[in-house]
Amino acid sequence: MRRFLIRRAYFAILSLLAATIIVFGLSRVKGDPLLVYTQEGGGYGLSEQQKEEISRYLGLDKPLVIQYLVWLGNSLKGDFGKTLLDRAPVSGLITGKLGATVQLAIAAWVFAVVTGVPLGVLSATKRGGLLDYLGRAFALFGQALPQFWIAIMAIVIFAVQLDWLPAAGRAFPGEDLGTQIRHFVLPTITLGWLGSATYLRLVRSSMLEVLDSEFVKLARAKGVKSHVVVWKHAFKNALIAPITYSSLFLASFITGATVVELVFAWPGIGRLALTAVENNDFALLTGIVLFFAVAYTFFNFLADVLYGLVDPRIRYD
Amino acid sequence: MAEQPGLTLLPESSLEARSLPGKVWYVLRRWPILPLVVLALLVITGLFAPQISPQDPYKQHLALRNAPPFWSNEFWEQEDEFKGTDRLLGADHVGRDVLSRIIHGARISLLVVAVSLTTGVIIGTSLGLVAGYTGGLIDELIMRMVDVWLSLPFVLIALVAVIVLGASLWLVMALLAMFTWPSFVRFVRGEVLSLKERDYVALAKVAGASTARVILRHILPGVMNTVIVITTLRVGQLILTEATLSFIGAGIPAPTPAWGLIVSEGRSYVTTAWWSTFFPGFAIFLVVMSLNFLGDWMRDRFDPRLRQL
Repeated sequence: MRRFLIRRAYFAILSLLAATIIVFGLSRVKGDPLLVYTQEGGGYGLSEQQKEEISRYLGLDKPLVIQYLVWLGNSLKGDFGKTLLDRAPVSGLITGKLGATVQLAIAAWVFAVVTGVPLGVLSATKRGGLLDYLGRAFALFGQALPQFWIAIMAIVIFAVQLDWLPAAGRAFPGEDLGTQIRHFVLPTITLGWLGSATYLRLVRSSMLEVLDSEFVKLARAKGVKSHVVVWKHAFKNALIAPITYSSLFLASFITGATVVELVFAWPGIGRLALTAVENNDFALLTGIVLFFAVAYTFFNFLADVLYGLVDPRIRYD
Repeated sequence: MAEQPGLTLLPESSLEARSLPGKVWYVLRRWPILPLVVLALLVITGLFAPQISPQDPYKQHLALRNAPPFWSNEFWEQEDEFKGTDRLLGADHVGRDVLSRIIHGARISLLVVAVSLTTGVIIGTSLGLVAGYTGGLIDELIMRMVDVWLSLPFVLIALVAVIVLGASLWLVMALLAMFTWPSFVRFVRGEVLSLKERDYVALAKVAGASTARVILRHILPGVMNTVIVITTLRVGQLILTEATLSFIGAGIPAPTPAWGLIVSEGRSYVTTAWWSTFFPGFAIFLVVMSLNFLGDWMRDRFDPRLRQL
């Protein structure tokens, strides 16, 4: 187990380094980064001397490797630099928006698990029945509908036409719980549907496999009650694939979050990233990517460890 | 049995015992006919977009801003020159024909998928072949690269690339190719590891075949099944990713009629002119759904070991 952990930690650090090198490399791809900073070369009409001063100020006169290391060192200390637009600290902006995104992530994940896992079990035990068809249809739609389109259509139907739910934004902190929850409904379902579909498919296929195995047949032959066989004997053993998926959920979540936060005007990090794109604010975007890369690598590592704990076979891989 | 069609696959002979709707349902369940029809339609509209589309997809018409589709009364009350096949599915916020834009969008989707998938498959498959066949340090190196690559937040890196390099069709295709290749390496390598121990490969080596010949003539055909199945399963994801990138403004730049982009352009007008948002999104949904169906079907038929995918 020890060797396994060390190996995994080593991979995590390696992929984090790769992400930083790619991001840093992209920032230098056009050669002189001042071109990026001043948009399409000399955008602000800088004189040669001013350019030199700025590059000395930003440390651009030093070799690339040193620049990379300085940047990496600052990031490790939690200093992600300042935005190009108004020189506000990037880390402050990120922590300010973090809460909204994390809340949405948790809500979407809970929705995905609560709907996907039981539906998957029911779909497997009632194979070929009405519930199986409904469950699989739900999964098929979740995997094929573009999230941005679900979001827009949900707003048109449930917010504009029926006027049941708010169309956009998060409730103000002071408002009552009902309003708070109502603001969560549409973004959560839009974001969680894909995850729910994946959970459903994973649980269904591994349940079918386990239900067909010898020990389940033995339990049935001994006269164990059906729901005990399903939930106690089979379900526990069918959980490995869904648990590993939980880490991948974060990956699909980052993509989904940018879209959902954009359409529902949700004040989170995904929308911050898109604002950065709009303003060509390279420094802000780099900070966000770095932040997500760290979070992402951490959760991947966590999932690997969890996987190793649940399924001992994987440790010797 | 007709009430529980999912229970077992009935023998062929029972087909006669069914009523006509039962027969139709039976055939549709066994063969991916509907998905193939949708995909054939996509390929045909994509290839012949300029011939099929009733309008120029870029032509703006200010008098027809957000003009409604053919089933509304307004459509028929228009002045004569706009009648007929004009703007059957309505027009967008600058009066461009939604139907023509969707038809040309099929072409864009085909182009993006063809280029990025071919690149991704070739890179992934060759790296998988090399890793599996040579083993040792090269194998370790390639597989670590795959691990690292798969753990990168792809969409965010795409956003950075778009800011730095500027959005373009080629950039999107390059990004999507980069997003596709790693999964092929894993599966191909796994196959090669078992194939290279087979007797016929050893015999080929004894007969004096070069390494390149062994890999290309004796091992590659053996992994093709897996490659084709995974490719089909991947296409849907690729189309969704491209549409998402275009939607958030990090994909194909305007005014190109990419489906994701049309949805994004129509979004601000969706309460009054829902057609320019609804139809392109629905087109994406139909295509991705068909591809997923076809992929599942092919996997079950040609490569059931991949069922856990």
